[in-house]
Amino acid sequence: MSDLYTQLVNNPIGKLVASNVGLPQPVKLDRWSPYASVVDGQALFGAAPGGRLLTAIAKVLAMVEVSTSTSLRTDLREACAAADLDAAVFNPEAPGEQRFKALVYDASGIKSSEQLAELRAFFGPSIRRVQPSGRVLVVGTPPENAGSPKEAAAQRALEGFVRSLGKELRYGATAQLVYVAPGAEDDITSTLRFLLAPKSAYVSGQVLRVTPAPDTPENPGALDWDLPLAGKVALVTGASRGIGAAIATVLARDGAHVVGLDVPALGDDLRDLMDELDGSAFELDITDVDAGEQLVTHLTAAHGGVDVVVHNAGITRDKTLGRMSADQWDLVIGINLTAEERLNDALLEAGTLRKGGRIVCVSSMNGIAGAAGQTNYATSKAGVIGMVEAMAPVVAKQGHTINAVAPGFIETAMTAAMPIGPREAGRRMNSVSQGGLPVDVAEAIAFFAKPVSGGLNGNVLRVCGQSLLGA
Amino acid sequence: MTQKLRRAAIVGGNRIPFARSNSTYAEASNQDMLAAALEGLVSRYGLEGERLGEVVAGAVLKHSRDRDLTRETVLGSRLSPETPAYDVQQACGTGLEAAILVANKVALGQIDVGIAGGVDTTSDAPISVNDDLRRILIDLNRQKTNAGRLRTLAGVRPGQLVPDFPRNAEPRTGLSMGEHQAITAARWGITRAAQDELTAASHTNLAAAYDRGFMNDLMQPYLGQERDQNLRPDSTVEKLAKLKPVFGGPDGTMTAGNSTPLSDGASTVLIASEEWAKEKGLPVLAYLSHAETAAVDYVGGDEGLLMAPAYAVPRMLARAGLTLEELDLYELHEAFAAQVLTTLAAWEDPVFAREKLGLDAAVGTVDRTKLNVNGGSLAAGHPFAATGGRIVASLAKELHARGGGKGLISVCAAGGQGVVAILESEGV
Repeated sequence: MSDLYTQLVNNPIGKLVASNVGLPQPVKLDRWSPYASVVDGQALFGAAPGGRLLTAIAKVLAMVEVSTSTSLRTDLREACAAADLDAAVFNPEAPGEQRFKALVYDASGIKSSEQLAELRAFFGPSIRRVQPSGRVLVVGTPPENAGSPKEAAAQRALEGFVRSLGKELRYGATAQLVYVAPGAEDDITSTLRFLLAPKSAYVSGQVLRVTPAPDTPENPGALDWDLPLAGKVALVTGASRGIGAAIATVLARDGAHVVGLDVPALGDDLRDLMDELDGSAFELDITDVDAGEQLVTHLTAAHGGVDVVVHNAGITRDKTLGRMSADQWDLVIGINLTAEERLNDALLEAGTLRKGGRIVCVSSMNGIAGAAGQTNYATSKAGVIGMVEAMAPVVAKQGHTINAVAPGFIETAMTAAMPIGPREAGRRMNSVSQGGLPVDVAEAIAFFAKPVSGGLNGNVLRVCGQSLLGA
Repeated sequence: MTQKLRRAAIVGGNRIPFARSNSTYAEASNQDMLAAALEGLVSRYGLEGERLGEVVAGAVLKHSRDRDLTRETVLGSRLSPETPAYDVQQACGTGLEAAILVANKVALGQIDVGIAGGVDTTSDAPISVNDDLRRILIDLNRQKTNAGRLRTLAGVRPGQLVPDFPRNAEPRTGLSMGEHQAITAARWGITRAAQDELTAASHTNLAAAYDRGFMNDLMQPYLGQERDQNLRPDSTVEKLAKLKPVFGGPDGTMTAGNSTPLSDGASTVLIASEEWAKEKGLPVLAYLSHAETAAVDYVGGDEGLLMAPAYAVPRMLARAGLTLEELDLYELHEAFAAQVLTTLAAWEDPVFAREKLGLDAAVGTVDRTKLNVNGGSLAAGHPFAATGGRIVASLAKELHARGGGKGLISVCAAGGQGVVAILESEGV
């Protein structure tokens, strides 16, 4: 999975040529390593006047122990003091050498289009101080929760701003928007941590919605953030190879007992990986009519239930529609969508998914953008999004959440086998000018899987480096 | 043993105008200038032949021959030669610390009256021999034979003949005070414009004080100097904006205008018990009621060199049961405009209050119309040890003239120290 171009432009001659000719210049993205600090550098924290999330954000910054600066504005400083955040001072009018790994901005105070000027006032002088692999986070109020049409318009406007920033930022820096519903102020911890950390290396230009969680922890700082899934059982379908193996590995790293599921034909690979991860292998063809029943029986008997379900198993059978056989259509829809629905139904009905359960589905960028030769695949993956959105309020009644991750161009054995034209296009046509790694998808899934992510339900998070496709 | 505390009264003060380094007072020694300031005080308050409880003064830059600078000055004065004296030294806090020491002895009843003062010259600075040469000279003195002396002298190398000039740098960091303050100013986001504005106000206020005759009974002319030499009555923000930065690199915000220049000068203050003042028929301008010193770790810690007053004042206010806003006047020594502005910013900052002072809310906001109302060190100049006496005398007079009130004095000092005090006046 070597990306030869990225290696070339990162040697001195290649860098010179690329910058003079105007070629994309991908950099090596920062990625997470266990026990590293969440933000490897300083953060700048700002807010539009009248924001309602200042203290909540300051608490997260204090918790991740990032050295933070703010302007000397009373509301910001009082929020920092209340959160016990020993914030330094940054004044854009006084020249300084400060560089930031993260810019975090509470835009919830913006109630009208005129007040959008606050965005330029804050980001204008600070955006060029963002370091490589830096993070820009804008936090706002969901337009649907706004108090007036003007406020709704202004909050919706944030999407265009953030997506543009994502495209302007260079050297692997990313920009995201987090909409925090009223009452969910104390449920932003896991979202902010994920988006600030190198765990979100290949996520940019995305919008996440946080709603009030049924089980907000009293003191998120006291949780074990290095082993958030300790004591949890996590099922991963299609776990033997590629992205599925990465998901299993990351969930195991986070402390979960992983139950890897795959078809019997891949049993050897599956067992080897599960041995390595101290997990359990479970061979099953999920398209079997009684697959749900078998799974419920197995999980109940062997593990007493399950806490995290990751629907990763998926296949492609690419053909243009006129040439596509009914089998090719049925197989893709059956595995990628129908099987997920059936397994969910079985697990929910039997109560095998324990209270506070987390269902995470793997959709695809092509399910959003569509792709020639993939009518079957894109249909199934768009259906996954539909399923997640429709099931979110249903599972919420039982205290669970369901979310989807939509990967873009990920460096796997499958993409390595693509012809060079489409492959290079896929790699470069995004804001970080490179493909993602399986671990990037796995980190996003692990983020939704956390017990403390109860405020995230019905989200579709693209892990695509802000690909131009379907954006 | 029970003891009743008395109030220590500020009766008055006298100083000589401050001059810029290597100018009018280039030939004057510390002792000359302190003597001049002291003689003026003696004349003004009729102290000829009086045996006072104590005279306490000091200088930051001092020759080794000035070991007992204050006592020698007293002996040369018209005070009774039976007046004891001692020297103190606490960098730029010397003058205020001397006043606190005299006031404390008055309050305890150990003395009835005393004089506090301070003097400094940067023109007649104590240049010392290079440390290597000093060792050789000591060794030479130790030798008993000519042969031995010759052998020692033969060890002298040209480089060892270069003298050591006193440097305005912190021994533990090697950075000058201005370089330290530039770091602190950047950390607090202090702008050039804000510094120049404070500087212009300092000049305007001091010029106005001269114009309305306020300085007449606080000062006497010396060596032809009638006003503080550094004062630029026509100083404006526009003119100050043209100066090049001298600290903090090319993007720095600190200039020769908004930093105090090296200066020469001396000041004295007469402090007594109320009874003594009444007996002599002298006025009581104000009382020195509270004092505090603080120090910060600017070496191993991450606090700014000149931030100690930001800690000392809240501690003193807590002890006095006062809030910052309850004070009527504020005298913040303007070592640099940026020092005053960082201190004010820190007091307004809830984060500083919580994280550094352990307080629930910000210390408070200083009404700028009550800050350094008769000018500050940026306009007057800053002969290190003489600044405390200048401020004590003029604040006491201003409070008295206003019909009473409380005034704050805050002085930052080298070594990460700060000396602060409160004067209270009951008015005329």
